[in-house]
Amino acid sequence: MKKFLSSSLARGLVWQVIGTIVGIGLITGIRAAMGLPTTDSVFFFTEPAWVLGAFLGGLFFLSANGSVSDWFKWARGIDTPEHHEEHYKGWEKFVNVSLDHKVIGVQYTMLSLILICVGGLFALIFRTELAASELQFLTLDMKLFNQNGPQLFNTMMSLHGMLMIQGILLGVAGIINYVVPLLLGAQDMAFPRMNAFSFWLGVPGSIILLSSIVLGGFDTGWTGYPPLSARAPVGVQMFFLGVFFLGWSSILGGLNVVVTVVRVRARSMNAFRMPIFVWASVATSIITMTATQLIGLSFQLVMFQRLLGMGFFDPAKGGNPVLYQHLFWFYSHPAVYVFVLPGLGVISELLPVFARKPLFGYRWIAMSSLGIALVGFVVWAHHMFASGMNEYLRVPFMYSTLLVGVPTGVKFFSWVATIWKGKIDFHTPMLFVLGAIVVFLLGGITGPVLAAISVDLHLTDTYFIVGHFHDTIFGGFVFPFFAALYYWFPKATGRRMSETLGKIHFWIMTPSFLVLQFGMMRIGLLGMRRRIVDYDPAMGFDSTHLVLTIAGYLIGISVAIFLYNFFNSMKNGEKAEGNIWNSRSPEWQVPSPMPMHNYDQPFEVVGEPYDYGLPGSKYVEFAAATTPAKSKH
Amino acid sequence: MRHYVTVGILVIVVTILTYAGLYSVDLLPVAASLQAGSINDVGSIDWLWNWELVVMCFLFSLIAVPMFYSFVVFRRRKGDTSDGEHMEGNTNLEIAWTVLPLILVFAFAYMGAYSLGDIRRMDLDAMSIKVRAQQFTWTFEYPEYGFFSNELHLPVDQQVVLKMTSTDVIHSFWVPEFRIKQDVVPGRITEYIVTPTLIGPYEVRCAELCGTSHYNMENAVIVESRANFDIWVAEQVAIAAAAAQTPEGQGQLLAVKNGCSGCHSVDGTRLTGPTWFGIYGADVELADGRTIVVDDAFIIESILDPKAKEVAGFSPTSMPTYATVLTEEEIANIIAYIKTLR
Repeated sequence: MKKFLSSSLARGLVWQVIGTIVGIGLITGIRAAMGLPTTDSVFFFTEPAWVLGAFLGGLFFLSANGSVSDWFKWARGIDTPEHHEEHYKGWEKFVNVSLDHKVIGVQYTMLSLILICVGGLFALIFRTELAASELQFLTLDMKLFNQNGPQLFNTMMSLHGMLMIQGILLGVAGIINYVVPLLLGAQDMAFPRMNAFSFWLGVPGSIILLSSIVLGGFDTGWTGYPPLSARAPVGVQMFFLGVFFLGWSSILGGLNVVVTVVRVRARSMNAFRMPIFVWASVATSIITMTATQLIGLSFQLVMFQRLLGMGFFDPAKGGNPVLYQHLFWFYSHPAVYVFVLPGLGVISELLPVFARKPLFGYRWIAMSSLGIALVGFVVWAHHMFASGMNEYLRVPFMYSTLLVGVPTGVKFFSWVATIWKGKIDFHTPMLFVLGAIVVFLLGGITGPVLAAISVDLHLTDTYFIVGHFHDTIFGGFVFPFFAALYYWFPKATGRRMSETLGKIHFWIMTPSFLVLQFGMMRIGLLGMRRRIVDYDPAMGFDSTHLVLTIAGYLIGISVAIFLYNFFNSMKNGEKAEGNIWNSRSPEWQVPSPMPMHNYDQPFEVVGEPYDYGLPGSKYVEFAAATTPAKSKH
Repeated sequence: MRHYVTVGILVIVVTILTYAGLYSVDLLPVAASLQAGSINDVGSIDWLWNWELVVMCFLFSLIAVPMFYSFVVFRRRKGDTSDGEHMEGNTNLEIAWTVLPLILVFAFAYMGAYSLGDIRRMDLDAMSIKVRAQQFTWTFEYPEYGFFSNELHLPVDQQVVLKMTSTDVIHSFWVPEFRIKQDVVPGRITEYIVTPTLIGPYEVRCAELCGTSHYNMENAVIVESRANFDIWVAEQVAIAAAAAQTPEGQGQLLAVKNGCSGCHSVDGTRLTGPTWFGIYGADVELADGRTIVVDDAFIIESILDPKAKEVAGFSPTSMPTYATVLTEEEIANIIAYIKTLR
């Protein structure tokens, strides 16, 4: 306990509280001096006070926890060592500031799992309410955090969306951070301090985001469309601010990945000899680095509309509510490719290992990642076919949206060709990879339907859309994320997770998820709107909803099994120090867990990354004559 | 070669089976508009959907069949530790599966554009109805006949153009049986073109999250024969004319016109706001614990400044002020109407 209280995390949290109090005090003081009201009947303080409080809280966290102290020292002319000495052991490493990309990767992954679990719990709560028509426990008479049942449903539904999105962004960052430098043969990311800073931005950001539920919540969905978001309770400001911090993290993280890949590759690793996951990481980072600003901007405009009365989206002041949607989707559509591209990269990376065959059409897969990323920038208005935007914008956006299908198709066909005649080892990571392909396929084929405008006018804002994007996110992120965790867990810990529990996890989650998404699409087609706490019993959806709720719980149970397996295997898992997957990738050529500064000897790329089945071929060769079998441990 | 032929046949068989399976269950609600059409009406929504269904089944089979075929047929035999065949790629194949989907994309984009043009086609004699959306109800104005209603009645086989706007946040007009959905945006007018073809009762359901009672923002839509429609219109005109004679009648018309029933029921049902049934003269408890008698002064204050006194169990943030909408006399008429509800 004492060790925790003296950690960077605890220090940051204490200072976040202090910062919040300072911010609230500052505004309240200024308002008092100006003769403006200083208190609120429900939330004690005024909205500007909460906003500045939350913002300063985040900044205080970052300046107090040590993630920026090297920069402050440099500014004052004090030198700091290139690497910090690691004097923390075990779990302490992860609650203190570390510059090691592997530690940061694990920190990201842990924070991601926390957010995903909280978001999942919200989903289970409102799924329980939806199990039958009429209001069961989220009634008009109940009251929690100043919200009645339907308002609480709206808040939890909105937070489910945003927590999952942020959890996914952090999970993506976790995998990329851990794996990319290892695949490149680098000692660390290009900017280790910025890397640590990016991660720590996520902690106060997540706390601010979660605090929205106690400050009246927000009933806008994760999309936060004004004018609704301009009228929502104070909670919506916490939602905006939280996303602001997390978006900041995302931008810096993306920049770091691109620079790392450009600058610090092993010898002879030219562009088309990089592991395919690196290509996916670059594609995804280009998006986070250049598009995230737009969601920040759109939220900031609403924030200013609320705080300063600027009428950006207020028709009474000449504003335009539809403009917000353009700004918002300019990021939020490419964002889904941020979620799925690394996942698709994991699929492409792991398939050859377990199919024991080369990745079919490596260059085409690499280029298709970039293709998806680039086309993804010009499709945003397909979210707005029913929004009332200019009629003539609809058809061009239908064309561009359908075009995404082409590079995505290239990936699918190449994966099938990789699997074809492969001698597949059905280990847990491979099961998740194959599950990902099937689930993402369902998401992929239901996408073009939504791109065709007239059919979309029926399907948009229904459970069909909900089913479709859960398909793409489960297939593009959740399944590959689990695959990656099962696959690289031994690299990080030197132990492997239980295969039996892993397979149980897979065989509970996959059928449940398929039932969930088919059920959602089915009732969506028949008229089930999304984001409603209750539905007309006359529509006859009760039995389907009950099945959906049961499926939701089964997914929850399977994730609980995973979490048990994950944490239990850290201590009690079977030792796995060698190349247990028989992979050609450089990180598996050295013993697990990975040594502190990665590779003791640098390696040189001498062949193609995925030449499985070609006798005598090698991907990398370690420089020194000594075999890299000995580690520092 | 044998494998490729087998897989090809299996792909076709699985495509047909999945399509037949999906076709046999009714995937869409009954089609009640010309725009929804049927799978044989070229350009209609259901026609496009049907072709998409065919392609979905085909693409699913095209990927899934060879995958599962390979799992089974080329599975690793016991004791075999060798790697698979060294196949790095095939440029011709890659070009083929880039170009063919591209053609498919353009074909579907063309069909989509064609269908959009079809469902947006407006008849010269289309009937125009004004729609106003607000939290949490719909109000329909028949300008030709000069009355307001919270139910939408439409004559069958007559194209209507709904000119829609919102007084507060974004809503979306959706009748699943009509297929089409259109957002209703404050500060602008959006159009919804529909030609109902099937007599029956439907519901318009708000499809864009609009706040606390979004789930409940449903009003009746009645498609009826021309004769019945004319009868209904005549009734509404007569009711409006009669009501205009008395203050409480005018109050009732104002309540309909301003969508008060979206939050305040007149029969005691609990909605977003307190019911008007029997509320006049009753004691209500406020959120701060005080009890107050509902009289003229309290109602006037609640209409002009809804946040002034919060009734226990209700959230006053939902209600906008009507200070700029209603005159003093109109408020008095509404109070007269509320007095009759007991």
